[in-house]
Amino acid sequence: MQISTLVLLLLLISVFAFYTSQNRSISVASKLGGIRSLPSLPSYYGAYSVLLTLIPVSIFLTIWISLDQIVIERLVVDKIPQEFVPSKSSDYDLMINRITSISEGIIYADSVLAWQLDAASLMQKFEAISRWSITVISILMAALCLYLATQKVSVNFNARPVVENVVERILLVSACVAIFTTIGIIFSVLFESIQFFQKVPFFDFVFGLEWSPQTAIREDQVGSSGSFGAVPLFVGTILISLVAMIIAVPIGLMSAIYLSEYASLNVRTIAKPALEILAGIPTVVYGFFAAITVAPVLRDFGESVGLDIASESALAAGAVMGIMIIPFISSIADDVISAVPQSMRDGSLAMGATRSETVKRVVIPAALPGIVGGILLAMSRAIGETMIVVMAAGLAANLTVNPLDAVTTVTVQIVTLLTGDQEFDSAKTLAAFALGLMLFVVTLILNIFALQIVKKYREQYE
Amino acid sequence: MSKDNRALIKQSLKRRNRAERNFQWFGKLGVALGLAAVVLLFVDIISKGSGAFRATYIQLEIEYDPEAIGILNVNDTEEFIFANWQNLAKKSLRDLFPEVAKRGERRKLNNLVSEGTGFDFRDQLTQNPSLWGTKETLWILADDDIDTYYKSWLDDDPFSARLTSEQIKWIDQLHSKGLIALKFNTKFFERGDSREPEQAGIKGALIGSFFTLILTLLMSFPMGVTAAIYLEEFAPKNKWTDLIEVNINNLAAVPSIIFGLLGLAIFINFFGIPRSIPVLGAIVLALMTLPTIIITSRAAIKSVPPSIREAALGVGASKFQTTLHHVLPLSLPGMLTGAIIGMARALGETAPLLMIGMVAFIVDIPGGFTDPATVLPVQIFLWIDSPERAFVEKTSAAIIILLSFLMGMNFVAVYLRKRLERRW
Repeated sequence: MQISTLVLLLLLISVFAFYTSQNRSISVASKLGGIRSLPSLPSYYGAYSVLLTLIPVSIFLTIWISLDQIVIERLVVDKIPQEFVPSKSSDYDLMINRITSISEGIIYADSVLAWQLDAASLMQKFEAISRWSITVISILMAALCLYLATQKVSVNFNARPVVENVVERILLVSACVAIFTTIGIIFSVLFESIQFFQKVPFFDFVFGLEWSPQTAIREDQVGSSGSFGAVPLFVGTILISLVAMIIAVPIGLMSAIYLSEYASLNVRTIAKPALEILAGIPTVVYGFFAAITVAPVLRDFGESVGLDIASESALAAGAVMGIMIIPFISSIADDVISAVPQSMRDGSLAMGATRSETVKRVVIPAALPGIVGGILLAMSRAIGETMIVVMAAGLAANLTVNPLDAVTTVTVQIVTLLTGDQEFDSAKTLAAFALGLMLFVVTLILNIFALQIVKKYREQYE
Repeated sequence: MSKDNRALIKQSLKRRNRAERNFQWFGKLGVALGLAAVVLLFVDIISKGSGAFRATYIQLEIEYDPEAIGILNVNDTEEFIFANWQNLAKKSLRDLFPEVAKRGERRKLNNLVSEGTGFDFRDQLTQNPSLWGTKETLWILADDDIDTYYKSWLDDDPFSARLTSEQIKWIDQLHSKGLIALKFNTKFFERGDSREPEQAGIKGALIGSFFTLILTLLMSFPMGVTAAIYLEEFAPKNKWTDLIEVNINNLAAVPSIIFGLLGLAIFINFFGIPRSIPVLGAIVLALMTLPTIIITSRAAIKSVPPSIREAALGVGASKFQTTLHHVLPLSLPGMLTGAIIGMARALGETAPLLMIGMVAFIVDIPGGFTDPATVLPVQIFLWIDSPERAFVEKTSAAIIILLSFLMGMNFVAVYLRKRLERRW
C-alpha cells in the first residue's frame, strides 16, 4: 500500500475512533442520567481516543520510514559476495545506487551483472516485505489502541485534563520546530565548514586575496590546485550592497517622510500599496530585469560617454537590488516615524519651525534608532540576496571597489559551487558551506543588533 | 522686538521657506522614483513577454504518406519509433518551393519549421490511424529563429542575424501568400520544458509549483498556527519562551539561500531524500515561511481582545476550550491572510530550490509529489540562462504568469482581511 493511502486510512480510523468513543461515552452517561454525570464532555472522550490512536502509530511510521532504507541496504549488502563490495565510500554509494536503480526498473536487467541482479531482486523482496509489514503493523496498532481507548470510557475516567495536556505538548513541539530549524542550519553549515577548514586554513580563507575554487579532479592534473581566499567575495558583496543602499535609503526614506508627513490621505492610500508592490515581486524577476534590461542600458550609456562599464557590473545588480529594498526601508521608516508622538511635532511647530525643520530637527532624530535598525535589516537582506546577483553579477572574483567592474558575491559563489553534480567531500563543495557559515553569522549579527535597536526604540514611546 | 531682529527673521524666512519647498520636492521625488521603478518594471516585462503568447505558424499541406517516412506497415507501432516523421513537413515544404534544389539550401528550407513537429505527427497518427494516406492542411509551428524574425519584421525592426537571405526571401513569399501568421501559442501552456524555444512550455513548471505549494501550505500552516497559539496563549513567561521568540524573529531574517544549504546538508545528505522532488522543495519552503506565518498568526491572536477570553473563562471554559472555541475562530482570518502572503513568498522563491536540485532540466510534466519537478521561478531562471534569443520572450511571458498568480494571491489576502477581519 502506498504511504499516502495508508496515512489516509489511518486518518479515517481516527475519525471512526472519535465517533465510537463519543457515542460510547454518551451511552454510558445516559444510563446514569445524561452527560452531566460524566467528568468530561463526550467530545473529549472522542478526542482522547483519536490521540491514543494516532500518536503511537505516527511515531511508529516516522521511525520505520526513516530507518527502512538503511536496514534494507544493510541486509542486501550482507548477501552480496564480499569481493564485490568496494571499500571506498563513494564507490560503495555508487553500487547501492546502481542496485536501487535496477530494482526500480530504471536500468534494464540485460545490462547488469548476475550478482547485481540478485541483490536487486533481494532488495525488491525486502521492500515488498517492508511495505506489507508497515501496513499490517500500523493498522493493527491503530485498531488495538482504538480498542483500548474505547474501553477507557467510563464515569471514573476524566478525559479532559489528559487531552488538554497532550495537546499542549503538541503545541510546544510545533513552537520548537523553529528552534530545531536554527539548530539544523547551524549544524549543516558548521560541520561541513569544519571539514573545509581542515583542508584550507581558516585565515587563508578569511584573509586570502585570490578566489579560484577549481580543484584538480585527478591528482596528476596540473595547475588547478584551487585557492580559497574569500576577500574578493566579501568586497564584492559589500560593494553591491552599498550601491543598493545608496539608491534605496534616500528614496525609501524620503518617500516614507513625504507619505507620512505631507501627503494627503488620498495620495497615501494609493502610493503606499503601489510602492509595496515592489516588495512582493520575486527576486528572480528583479534578476531578469537587471540582466536583460538594466545592464545593457548601462553598458550602452557607458560606451556613449566613454566609460567602460562591464556588462555584469556591480552597478546594475546593485541598482536593481536597491529598487527591491526601497519598500523595505520605506515601510520600516514609516512605522517608526508614525510612532513618534504627535505632541513632539506640535511642540516644534508651535515654536515657529517649518514642517521640514520639524521633520529634520525633531522627528528624524527621535526616530533615528528605529531608522538605523531598519537600514541594518535592509543591509542584511542585501547581503543575503541571491537571485539578482546570480543573474546580473558575474562569476569573476575581481578584487575591486569600482562599481563599474564585474564583481562576484558570496551568494553567487554558493550557488555556482553547489548547483550541478558535485563530489561531496571536495574542498570546492565544502567551500560553499564555509561561505554559508560566514553569510549566516554576519546576517545573524546584523539582525540581532537591528532587532534589538528597533525593540528598544519601540519601548521608548510606548 | 527690535527692528533689526524683525528684518533678520524676514530675511531668513525666505531661505527657510525655500528649504521647506525643496524638502517637499525631495519627498515627492522619492515617491515618484519609487513609483517609476514599479511602472518601468511592469512595462518592460509586459512589452518583452506579451509576444510569447502568440507564435509564428506556417500553413502546410501535409500528406500522411507512410513511405515518405520509411514505414512499411502502418499497423506496426514499433516502426513508429524509428520513422523519420519530420520528413512529412520537409516534403510539404519542398512541394511549396520546388525551385530549391541544392542540399545546403534544402536544409535551410527544412529549418523553417520547428524540429519537434515530427513528434506531433507521431502522436496524432498513433491516436488516429485512419489519417494514413489522407491529406490535411495544417498550421505548423515555425522554428524559433523564424518566429523571432517574423515578429520583429512585423514590428518593422527585423532581426535577421540568424537567418540566410534565402530564408528571408521564403518568408516574404509565404507572407505574401498568407501562409505564415501569428496564432495563439497553445503549446506554451501544454508543454514542459524543451531545448527548442518554440516547443518549450510552462505547464511542467506550473504543475510543479502547484504540488510544491500545496505541500508547503499543509506543512507550514498547521505548524505555524499551533506554534503561535502556544506562544501567545499557553507559554509560560520564562527564558525558554524568550529564546523561542528571539529565534523566530531572527529566523525570519535569515537569507533564503541558507535554507537551501539546510535542505542539502540535512535532508538530502543526512536523511537521503531524493533531489528535485516537490516534497523536498516543500519541506525547505515550509521551514522558510514558518517564521512569517508564526509572526502574523501571533499578531492575529493578539488582536483578539482579552475580554473575550475572560468571558469564556468566567463561564467555566477551560483555557484550552477558550482558545479553541473563541480565540482561534476570531483570529483565523488574520492567520489566513498571513498564510496567503507566506505562500506568495514561497511561490516566488528561487534560491533555496537551486541548492536542492530543482534546477534540473525536466521535460516530463510531474504527476505527483515525488516526481522530479521544477517550479515557475526556477523555470524562469533556467530560461534566462539559455543562449537562444527566443527564450527572452518566453521568460518574460513566464514572469507575467508568475506575477499574475502573485497578484491574485495578494488580492485574495487583502479581500479576506477587509471582509473578515473584525475591528474591536
